[in-house]
Amino acid sequence: MKTTTRWAAALAATTLTAAGAAGCSGGAAGDSAGGRTITYWASNQGTSISQDEEVLGESIQRFTEETGIEVELEVIPWTDLYNRILTAISSGEGPDVLNIGNTWAVTLQSSGAFLPWEGEALEAIGGEDRFVASSWATGGAAGQAPTSVPLYGLAYSMYYNTAMFEAAGITEPPATWDEFLEAAETLTQDTDGDGQIDQWGVGLAGSSYTNNVHQAFIRGLQNGGSLYDEDGEPTFTDPGVVAGVNQWVQLMGSEGVVSPSNAELTSGTEMVEDFAQGNTAMFFDQAPSKTLAARGMEDYAAAPVPMMTADATGLEGTQSHVAGINVSVLESSDDQEAAIDFVAHLTSDEEQRFLNARFTALPVVTAAYDDPAFEGEETRLKQDILANHAQPMPLFPTEGQMETLVGTAIKDLFGRIAQGQTVTEDDVRAALEAAQSQMGAIS
Amino acid sequence: MTAHTAPPRAPGTGPAAGRPAPARPARRRRRSLLPYALVAPAGVMEVLVHIVPMLLGVWIAFLGLTQLNIARWVQAPFVGLRNFATGLDPSGPIGSQLYAALGRTALFTVIVVALSWSLGMLGAVLLTSRFKGRGVLRTLFLVPYALPSYVGTIAWAFMFNQRDGVINRILVDDLGVLDHRPFWLLGGNAFWVTVVVTAWQFWPFAFLMLLAALQNIPDSVYEAAAIDGASLWRQFTRITLPMVRPANAVLLLILSLWIFNQFNVPYVLFGPASPPEATLVSPLIYQQSFNNWNFGVGGAMSVLLLCVLLLASVLYVRLVLPQGRSVDD
Repeated sequence: MKTTTRWAAALAATTLTAAGAAGCSGGAAGDSAGGRTITYWASNQGTSISQDEEVLGESIQRFTEETGIEVELEVIPWTDLYNRILTAISSGEGPDVLNIGNTWAVTLQSSGAFLPWEGEALEAIGGEDRFVASSWATGGAAGQAPTSVPLYGLAYSMYYNTAMFEAAGITEPPATWDEFLEAAETLTQDTDGDGQIDQWGVGLAGSSYTNNVHQAFIRGLQNGGSLYDEDGEPTFTDPGVVAGVNQWVQLMGSEGVVSPSNAELTSGTEMVEDFAQGNTAMFFDQAPSKTLAARGMEDYAAAPVPMMTADATGLEGTQSHVAGINVSVLESSDDQEAAIDFVAHLTSDEEQRFLNARFTALPVVTAAYDDPAFEGEETRLKQDILANHAQPMPLFPTEGQMETLVGTAIKDLFGRIAQGQTVTEDDVRAALEAAQSQMGAIS
Repeated sequence: MTAHTAPPRAPGTGPAAGRPAPARPARRRRRSLLPYALVAPAGVMEVLVHIVPMLLGVWIAFLGLTQLNIARWVQAPFVGLRNFATGLDPSGPIGSQLYAALGRTALFTVIVVALSWSLGMLGAVLLTSRFKGRGVLRTLFLVPYALPSYVGTIAWAFMFNQRDGVINRILVDDLGVLDHRPFWLLGGNAFWVTVVVTAWQFWPFAFLMLLAALQNIPDSVYEAAAIDGASLWRQFTRITLPMVRPANAVLLLILSLWIFNQFNVPYVLFGPASPPEATLVSPLIYQQSFNNWNFGVGGAMSVLLLCVLLLASVLYVRLVLPQGRSVDD
């Protein structure tokens, strides 16, 4: 009998170990009580993760009532999203539906892990004609079925503190880069007379590689440069790009209109916070209104990002990239039909009105614009920017690497300036050259 | 995940041990399988959790693994030594970063191990003697080790913030030691911040190990030394250090390996890309693999790191540990 007991103990130990291992592996959501369940990874669009959960929770509830399909929601901060997606792709253990930054669309498309939107899937979301054309174009590489569909539309514009402008006697928001620098210089002040500057002309998130690379793209184009040539080869040291990046980093350097402490800001949220607290007078951002409203900030307005000349058009008239968030379905999804239905729900006219109003973003379907929520001045401005002054980020498979390499190179330049070093245009060129040589090493 | 870490019971210590052996050989054979059956789950887990991923990591170093084939990584093309040529070429843009990082990490390891060991030893020696409040202090000293690494490091990151951090507030505003607010998380200072935070996190482990070792030294040895007129310093160098030598040898090896591979602290302090002056090897491998989607090169760097650490460990074990064992015996 003793032997039997010991064998039973061994079996129990083995079972426990196996159970422990199963507990660790987590795994995708299964069926709950016979119903269909899908998982959804959302990006952080609201003022906080909990606000995202609240807003999306309402939308998901309507979806579940309509279809009976349960949705398990996880809101993932931007700092983690790219890596989480990568892990999901390589392990095949991911969500059914997920949000992506639209600039990653082509890089992610090249992995082959995402469902292409064509045929029945495309029909299920009502066809591409429902969507705003410029947003739809961000879904994947030209000539291929897109692997993501637009969800939220965004565009950069310049936000400025109207009270500070008035106090400084500036009547019009600057339209050209020179006017911008002049205004920034006027607004950089020591307001309490203690010998320290406490109000800075411009705020930026110097440690955020995404914010940096967007400006490298926009300022590069304004200066007649481009990060890639037509064949998809990186051209980071193009004179226009170098000039554009130099303009951006010299805001902290030779111009002295950005606080050196901004070199440590890792996210756009901190930059908006600074503006709301009256530390900065101007900043470039995509959708800060919800955060500013939550802080009770009212003395602000939006204007187009300044250009080299006030009447610039075409590539040199770029004020923003075609920014936005897209939504994708993973090929590895166990229930692609439910996943497609959920994407159809998120991109339906009603949900587009609801979600974009709550997240202060732009609807990506044309029919949603009849809602009064999108008739405000700021929305009209953004629509105009997207229609006439926005270019998609380079649609090449190495775009993802370019973002991190160029963005990090600029972050390091800000770091050097903040520590009191002088950074010249030659230093900017050398940094971009080093970034490009690493692109060359990527096969 | 805790199930497999429980030590399997050694054969012969079960309730049946010491009984007369049954006559039937088949029964004996079956019984002799029992220890293996008990160890098997742990063995399987060890293979799954440690050996397989390690071999996989080595294999990846020989693949052209990028975002184009990450979803079907089993089918990624075999590229031979190309990743090693790219990643380990000292004149290349990536290789030059690697060797700089290796040197920096070696320096980092020496400094952090020295700091952690010294603090740990000091704490252990102080808390070996009996005094009121010793229990409270022992618990307090273990807090950095008990605190989740991320929580502690985030708190340090806030403290070292240039504009609002408490470090600059004390140094600049309160004490006036410095007349400007330095950046701690950028440039060369970032290296020293990493040293401080890592040492803060690891010294309680050294403290714990050394405290356990010190408690095994009989008081009578010290009493005899004191009667012979040995000073405290002499007691420390002639009695304490030799007596804790076996524990020390293992402690230094484990600390060095952990600290050389340090990833959490720089990642939480600086995010995905550390400042160039403070980039250690593990974060650099992460940067290559996950920021630049260059898993093959990341794999090649990992293999180099594995070889360096393996070589250092083998040398150390051969040169240092046997003496420790003889003392033990």
